[in-house]
Amino acid sequence: MAHEYELSIGPIHPALKEPIMIRVKVEGEEIVDVDVIASQNHRGIEWLGMNRNNAIQSIYLAERVCGICNFCHPSCLVMAVEEIADIEVPERAQYIRVIQGELERIHSHLLWAGVAAHELGFDTLLHYVWMVREKVMDVLELVNGNRVTKSIIMYGGVRRDIKEEHVEHIRKMLDYYRNAFSKLAKFFLEDKTMEKRTREIGILTERDAIELAAVGPTARASGIKKDVRQDFPYFAYPDFDIHAITPDELTGYTVGDVYDRIVVRLLEVKQSIDIIEEALNEMPSGEIIAEKKLVKLMAKIKASEGEAVARYEAPRGEDIHYVKLKKGFEPLYSWKVRAPTYINILSWRPMLVGYQIADIPIIAASIDPCMSCTNRIAVVKDGKERIFTSDYFHELSVKKTRRLMK
Amino acid sequence: MMFPMFKQLIVQMFRKPFTNPFPAKYAPKSMKKFMEDVEKGKAKINPPVEIPDEETFRGRILYDRDKCIGCQLCIKVCPSKAIEFKKEEKKIRIYIGRCIFCSQCNDICPTNALSMGNEFLLASDSKVNDELVVE
Repeated sequence: MAHEYELSIGPIHPALKEPIMIRVKVEGEEIVDVDVIASQNHRGIEWLGMNRNNAIQSIYLAERVCGICNFCHPSCLVMAVEEIADIEVPERAQYIRVIQGELERIHSHLLWAGVAAHELGFDTLLHYVWMVREKVMDVLELVNGNRVTKSIIMYGGVRRDIKEEHVEHIRKMLDYYRNAFSKLAKFFLEDKTMEKRTREIGILTERDAIELAAVGPTARASGIKKDVRQDFPYFAYPDFDIHAITPDELTGYTVGDVYDRIVVRLLEVKQSIDIIEEALNEMPSGEIIAEKKLVKLMAKIKASEGEAVARYEAPRGEDIHYVKLKKGFEPLYSWKVRAPTYINILSWRPMLVGYQIADIPIIAASIDPCMSCTNRIAVVKDGKERIFTSDYFHELSVKKTRRLMK
Repeated sequence: MMFPMFKQLIVQMFRKPFTNPFPAKYAPKSMKKFMEDVEKGKAKINPPVEIPDEETFRGRILYDRDKCIGCQLCIKVCPSKAIEFKKEEKKIRIYIGRCIFCSQCNDICPTNALSMGNEFLLASDSKVNDELVVE
């Protein structure tokens, strides 16, 4: 019988939000069992929101739950508080929120596409995709004033309007992405190496996806038509015709592998382009915030009482915030954040079992986790420990690509 | 097609690099020496990418001392607690080292004493030097 080894991946990567540990049991090259050990780090974000901060300060704290999706967390929090405090948001603000959310989806999905290419050792594509992504970052900087952190959402609306001269720039960006899309689709989906490394790899069946309650592109790539924007529309989304994208729209059938997850994300970039265009055309004029005087707004939130749950379709899946407010209590009385990755990491097990060690980086990355794991592996053999670095791991992945190309 | 990126690769070889080589085309051996040379006029800095819109850009905060009435509202909303109140003068002091550039204090200020500037190259060896403390 072959020896069975246990590899532990993780648990800490200093630069990332959710340090996590995967224990992988391997027999030779093949993965036989996977265990995920979450909660390796506690940042106390919810505690700060419930003790130190007032409601306005918590928006900026929520923005920093995750750097990439820095619009979805604050908007989720804001939606919950608006429901409790009964704040009516002007229609123009809702349209601006939709545009901001979709801009974020474009940049997040392109960032992921680059990372996926890198995990396969295809760094040319990584640099190309990130060059293409720079266009949306420029637009974000132009419209919001900063490249990444938008600081635009506020209870009852948005803080800054989209200027008339900026609309032209956004339209130019949309045209650029329409042209770039066909090129990106060709580079990702028609490349032989890409196909060999991702087709039939890391399959998550529809049944597994339902049982593990997968969300976002991970669930949709397995053929589940599930999208919060479609099922429970928020902001101005009821005005748009949004449908959950499944990979069979492009390829004709659904497998649920890594390739399908690439297809879904690329198609969603296209969908976001259409949504932004429609939103720009139909954006009504008028106020952008319900209550301009922030002191009044803070007093109103302090005087409200109740609880609410808000759901938001973040680039990685469904984001949920639960908020409870108490009369006369300035911070949030209770605040619970459930980020999409928490749910999606469970689907690592069915995805990984039966595949090779060299497939771990791309499969782990395929759910677009909010952390790059695989920073080191410790192999314990006869009581001696050997530590492999992420470079070694990356090298294995590159070697497999080379092997397949022969 | 086997390698659809091949054509793009050939094209890329003859193109100018996409990134802006800041602060110099080739990384200097010693950054400190390079900066000293720049001060003396021996070397030149390759300028950073221009600010797209000076009105919306959020750079180092600007503080109009005379307009400030000492109401402390900015201190109440600052998410990173970067603003300190000077009791005797009834004015504020902003530590840029802690500032997160959200411009929330600009919004709440009743007299428009605060605004966002355009300066963004704020690296320094001390977080309390003159450039990083606005008062």
